[in-house]
Amino acid sequence: MPGDTPGGGLVLAEVAAPTAPASRSRNVPYVSLGIITVFVLLAVLAPLLGLADPFNQSLRNRFKPPVWEEGGSWTHPLGTDRLGRDMLSRIVWGSRVSLAAGVLTVLVASAFGAAVGLVAGYYGGQVDTALMRMTDATMSFPVILLALILAVTVGPSFTNVVVAIAVILWARYARVIRGQVLTLMHLDFIAQARLAGAGAWRIITRHLFPNTLNTLVVLVTLQIGYVIIVEASLSFLGAGIPPPTPAWGSMIAEGREFVTSAWWVSMFPGLAILLVVLAFNLLGDWLRDTFDPKLRQL
Amino acid sequence: MPPVIEVRDLHTHLVTRWGTVKAVDGVSFTVSARETLGLVGESGSGKSMTCLSIVRLVPRPAARIVGGSVLLDGEDLLTKTEQEMQRLRGRKVGMILQDPMSSLNPVFSIGRQVREPVSMYHGLRGRALQERAAGLLASVRIPSPAERLRAFPHQLSGGMRQRVVGAMAIAAPPRLLIADEPTTSLDLTIQAQYLQLLEELQEKHGLAMIFITHNLGIVSKICDRVAVMYAGRIVEVGPVRRIFQSPAHPYTRALLESIPRLGARLGRLTAIEGQPPDLARLPTGCAFAPRCPHVMERCRAEAPPEITVAQGQVTRCWLHTPA
Repeated sequence: MPGDTPGGGLVLAEVAAPTAPASRSRNVPYVSLGIITVFVLLAVLAPLLGLADPFNQSLRNRFKPPVWEEGGSWTHPLGTDRLGRDMLSRIVWGSRVSLAAGVLTVLVASAFGAAVGLVAGYYGGQVDTALMRMTDATMSFPVILLALILAVTVGPSFTNVVVAIAVILWARYARVIRGQVLTLMHLDFIAQARLAGAGAWRIITRHLFPNTLNTLVVLVTLQIGYVIIVEASLSFLGAGIPPPTPAWGSMIAEGREFVTSAWWVSMFPGLAILLVVLAFNLLGDWLRDTFDPKLRQL
Repeated sequence: MPPVIEVRDLHTHLVTRWGTVKAVDGVSFTVSARETLGLVGESGSGKSMTCLSIVRLVPRPAARIVGGSVLLDGEDLLTKTEQEMQRLRGRKVGMILQDPMSSLNPVFSIGRQVREPVSMYHGLRGRALQERAAGLLASVRIPSPAERLRAFPHQLSGGMRQRVVGAMAIAAPPRLLIADEPTTSLDLTIQAQYLQLLEELQEKHGLAMIFITHNLGIVSKICDRVAVMYAGRIVEVGPVRRIFQSPAHPYTRALLESIPRLGARLGRLTAIEGQPPDLARLPTGCAFAPRCPHVMERCRAEAPPEITVAQGQVTRCWLHTPA
């Protein structure tokens, strides 16, 4: 009888309904997806949007404030920078650089890292030891330093940014995937595949890799945000995308001397970075909670 | 009729931090077509290691097959290259593992997993492949096989999954089927059905079968002969009936006495005194001597040889020294 139960029963009933975390994890992050979609569309359609030329300088129009400030106009909705270039246009074109760098780098890094992790986990023993030492060494090397070296020796370029980040970033994938493979290797379906005559290639590609895909997708999403920040930092330092190509990091750098008088020059690219990175991180968190709640350490 | 599989003086060693363990220490046996050999013994007695040695899949780098020969239809598997072994596994020797919960890949449908060995062994594609896969499921008595092919492992019960594993193991069909405690995690009624199914498949394809178990009830039901392993050696082998009626080795006797029997409620179950031996520090002489109720001076000094006690029944025990 529910009515007859003493107070303890009632307390229990209240405690037994912690549905909040479960339901939250099922809430698709529409806001994040929306932000990402908008930026991807902007990046892809940039030339078709009828925006001002992002390279067009006009010294008479320098430091025009955004439209809602005094002196602003709809010709430059987000104002202009030090050389009179349209901020909105530069931010839209800058999203191409940031997103391309993020996606490309992460794809290269994850492909290589996953391959290393799969091989290390599958073969074990000395192969594993050698590959993991390599991974540890890689992880201890600062990305920024490598990028600076590349920028000084080869010269800054988009390719160098991607290479510099990917060359370090793969180690994360290698580690996580190797860990997963080690647990998978103990499961009977791997043994069963061997017993059925499958060789190393077949087991790695048909059995191990598909079982690590969830983790890979989560990690890739989380890392895109990270790479965008690293790319922006490199561009900020002048070791990234060389001017005049619009990149959010270098835009912040250009505006930093004028923050007190023309705050918008640094603020808008900064906001763009914030929005995109936050969106990718929230999406990654949600993917992780949905795909595999056990991956808390990522 | 020549045996399908003949294992001769097989030695497999495990190198561990505590020393070298002779996991399989001079094991010999044969199994013919349509015959089932039961391999019984405690955990760590070397049953599984023996079978993994047959298919050359002992856990590397710790384990190594150091001697003996494994003749499958007269060909020594221990001299084959890894590539040759890959072609043999599944095609000539099938194996069913213990845990149906993890022996199927969770991310693929049953169909994809059943088709894989079929296409590998028979080179089938498209419709023919699909039909053969459905036929295989039907042969292990899975109802509405065409639909089950679309199911994922988590949608099937343990018994069903073990049937799927069975279907994949006989896809070739192989000459020898090794079943490593395939019914341990199934409930009793399903166990009985599964054993019956294995017998049918054996009959249909003329398989030689090795059945690893610690369940002597299952041995009496499905096996023709039984080999009792202790500390990496076969201490007694013989026809099931003989072993059950007049076990020669004290360890076999102890095993049989520790089965609970319906109706016999007198007193407690008999347990075997002492612990299984530390395989890294086996005593000289008979490994069972420290736990044996009939231990003699000689047992501690010398390992007993194989002694034939009756037609087809061989034991390693000094109690049966020919006079």
